Amino acid sequence: MADLEKFRAETRRWLSDNAPPSIKGTTLGLGEGNWGGRKATYPNPDMKAWLNVMAARGWTAPEWPAQYGGGGLSKAEAKVLRDEMAALKLPAPLVGFGLTMIGPTLLEYGTEDQKQEHLSKIIRGDIRWCQGYSEPGSGSDLASLQTRAVLQGDYYVINGQKIWTSYANYSDWMFMLVRTDPQAPKHEGITFILMDMASPGVETRPIKLISGSSPFCETFLTDVQVPAKNVVFKVNHGWTVAKALLNHERTMIASAFGSGTGRRQTIGDYARKYVDFEGERIADTTLRTRMTQYEMDALAFKLTSDRARDAAKAGLPPGSESSMFKIYGTELNQRRQELLGSIAGPQALGWEGSGFEEQELSQTRDWLRSRGNTIEGGTSEVQLNIIAKRVLGLPD
Amino acid sequence: MELVLSEDQELLAKTAIDFVRTRSPVSRMRALRDAQDPIGFSRTLWKEMAELGWVGILIPEAYGGANMGLADLVVVLEALGRTLAPEPFLSTILLGGQLLTQAGSEEQKQAWLPGIASGDKILTVAYQEARSRYDLNRVATKAEQQSGSWVLSGEKIQVLDGHTADALIVSARTAGGQNDQDGITLFLIPRDTPGLTVTRQQRIDDRAVALVSLDSVKVGAGSLLGPLGGGFEILSQVVDRATVGLCAEMLGGMSQIFDDTLNYLKTRQQFGALIGTFQALKHRAARLFMEIELARSSVMAAARAADAGDKDWESLISLAKARGSDTFLLAANEGVQMHGGIGMTDEHDAGFYLKRARVAEMTFGDAAWHRERWATLHKY
Ligand SMILES: Cc1cc2nc3c(=O)[nH]c(=O)nc-3n(C[C@H](O)[C@H](O)[C@H](O)COP(=O)(O)OP(=O)(O)OC[C@H]3O[C@@H](n4cnc5c(N)ncnc54)[C@H](O)[C@@H]3O)c2cc1C
Repeated sequence: MADLEKFRAETRRWLSDNAPPSIKGTTLGLGEGNWGGRKATYPNPDMKAWLNVMAARGWTAPEWPAQYGGGGLSKAEAKVLRDEMAALKLPAPLVGFGLTMIGPTLLEYGTEDQKQEHLSKIIRGDIRWCQGYSEPGSGSDLASLQTRAVLQGDYYVINGQKIWTSYANYSDWMFMLVRTDPQAPKHEGITFILMDMASPGVETRPIKLISGSSPFCETFLTDVQVPAKNVVFKVNHGWTVAKALLNHERTMIASAFGSGTGRRQTIGDYARKYVDFEGERIADTTLRTRMTQYEMDALAFKLTSDRARDAAKAGLPPGSESSMFKIYGTELNQRRQELLGSIAGPQALGWEGSGFEEQELSQTRDWLRSRGNTIEGGTSEVQLNIIAKRVLGLPD
Repeated sequence: MELVLSEDQELLAKTAIDFVRTRSPVSRMRALRDAQDPIGFSRTLWKEMAELGWVGILIPEAYGGANMGLADLVVVLEALGRTLAPEPFLSTILLGGQLLTQAGSEEQKQAWLPGIASGDKILTVAYQEARSRYDLNRVATKAEQQSGSWVLSGEKIQVLDGHTADALIVSARTAGGQNDQDGITLFLIPRDTPGLTVTRQQRIDDRAVALVSLDSVKVGAGSLLGPLGGGFEILSQVVDRATVGLCAEMLGGMSQIFDDTLNYLKTRQQFGALIGTFQALKHRAARLFMEIELARSSVMAAARAADAGDKDWESLISLAKARGSDTFLLAANEGVQMHGGIGMTDEHDAGFYLKRARVAEMTFGDAAWHRERWATLHKY
């Protein structure tokens, strides 16, 4: 404990000495964070400086082993680091699928060469990753995927189409699932492979969302050559890797949406701007009840995340909780967005142009975007199936 | 605050669950009901629980207890809640014992706490009245001073273990109007005091409760518990802490009826298939699982916050009770529904959980009452 307190004091001092002043108090949400990569732009150059100092200590990936450039921190130390960053209102220096999905997966399933090649580039924010799982005919039933990979010498030649590939047009590499044995049962002919997006034959086309933005693409693959050494784990055993990665993905989505980290404003603050109060109380009792119910559920959810974290810290085996956190966290975010809109009333109906404040317009877009939270990373219905089967042991 | 059981608590939980399994299955509670048992719980088992150290968990060492916290006691209460054990933790420990510990004079503590810790004495608190609903300040029972004595008149309802308690702590108005917080005083009154009549009431959950009527009950100045007119404050704090204990019992109840329901989903066949293969039921079970997980976190947090005296402890208790009330009822309703016809029969245990859920919901404030309190605390 004493060591941990010493670490806390040192961390606090180091953070306040090394964080550029202009980034303090700019705690960002997931979508707005620094995703890194070759195509990254830095409207505030201090953000790049912040990434560099943190990456040099391995603190963009605090719990990864130091031998690959990670921070080598224990879970308890990593929590101290998070707490101290929150206390100083510092934004995450780097976010993205490298840190949250493919990195942890390579640590578990990658070869030594693959770890050496990719992990440090993720930590430094040099390479941005995207996820090539879904296809037009394969969403929830992911294992039915059709994209073909055929071995020719040292290379796989890949043909097919991926869809809903988030940020494919900004990414440098893709981890993806391909079919290497079309004769085998559907789960047994899949391989997990890493592909450079700059390879000839890769084409991305952005798709526009209901919220107006285009965070994802269709990705077309025509005779793309990918070195065979880029296969992660074993050929035709990609499903094992795919599931492990999905677990990381759900945890990432749940913590991004549900735990309330990085929130600049409570719904109470928002209400003070738009609705009538009688003394200290919200006059509209129905709205008050909705807000209270939401806040209480959000708190119970946060406590449950804390409990899972404390259990992990105490060395207890993780349950299949990521599905629960994914469902509850994303539904909470949807309720929150809908509630914020209800609080703002007709001011929440603007698309663009005059008569609406910037914050109102972006909140409305966030609300629209939030509808995707219960679809991406595996739909809520699929998560409920997983809980029923894996946690509750209900029969198929 | 660490939301994880310590090694000692793990051990305590294991002992409690083993004990409940062998010594206190639901059939024991059913037998007490069927026999219309005059006590309503087992004195033998209560003594055993005292010997195991559970009864004295919250009592200071100086009076024969272990001076541990709510975070420890909830582990035991959850196990007992699983099989609806009716032993008098709420009345004697969480209400009576705690009031004495918090507000009793040295003499009162000496007189009562060691006997409570050893499992020999039963104590209860008579606070609820026919029109008080969940508000501890709505007290119509009066206490008037007459030549050095106090004379109490009024009626208290559903007093837990009222008919077996050796003494009752009664809230009465010594000043102010009927809903004022000031002017409520607590009196410690032996049950055999003239003018005090105790009548057993039958409630849906078959826990032993009694109607207590006070007809010019005369007691000395020494029976005052805590300061004159300052009873509300103390009672509120103690009821808040007791609420955490009740929530733990509820957590046990909802967990058990959920386990029973899952078991049924895995064994009952219809349409040539186990009913647990039907997605309509799977998804409801999965959602119920999540709600129970959130209830568990809330109880653990409330117990720890109450032990530490954290500034947000009151709002965490309201969180635990609002969620506990809703979720226990949901688990019981779903339990009956997913059992089909058999779930409606008296022969099956599901109904016991439903009845206990409803009573627990309406003890110490229902979900709406606690949400409203939460909203007030958070200036919504
Ligand atoms: C914003 C966003 C970002 C995304 N980013 C990526 C990405 O980067 N990379 C990537 O590979 N994919 C990505 N996806 C795709 C996402 O994983 C899929 O959309 C998702 O898995 C659902 O597949 P689908 O769209 O084909 O819907 P379908 O599978 O066709 O589902 C349609 C409906 O049927 C329900 N359903 C399906 N099967 C069952 C079942 N067995 N039981 C009950 N209900 C069922 C679903 O829950 C849903 O409600 C993204 C999606 C969104 C919305």
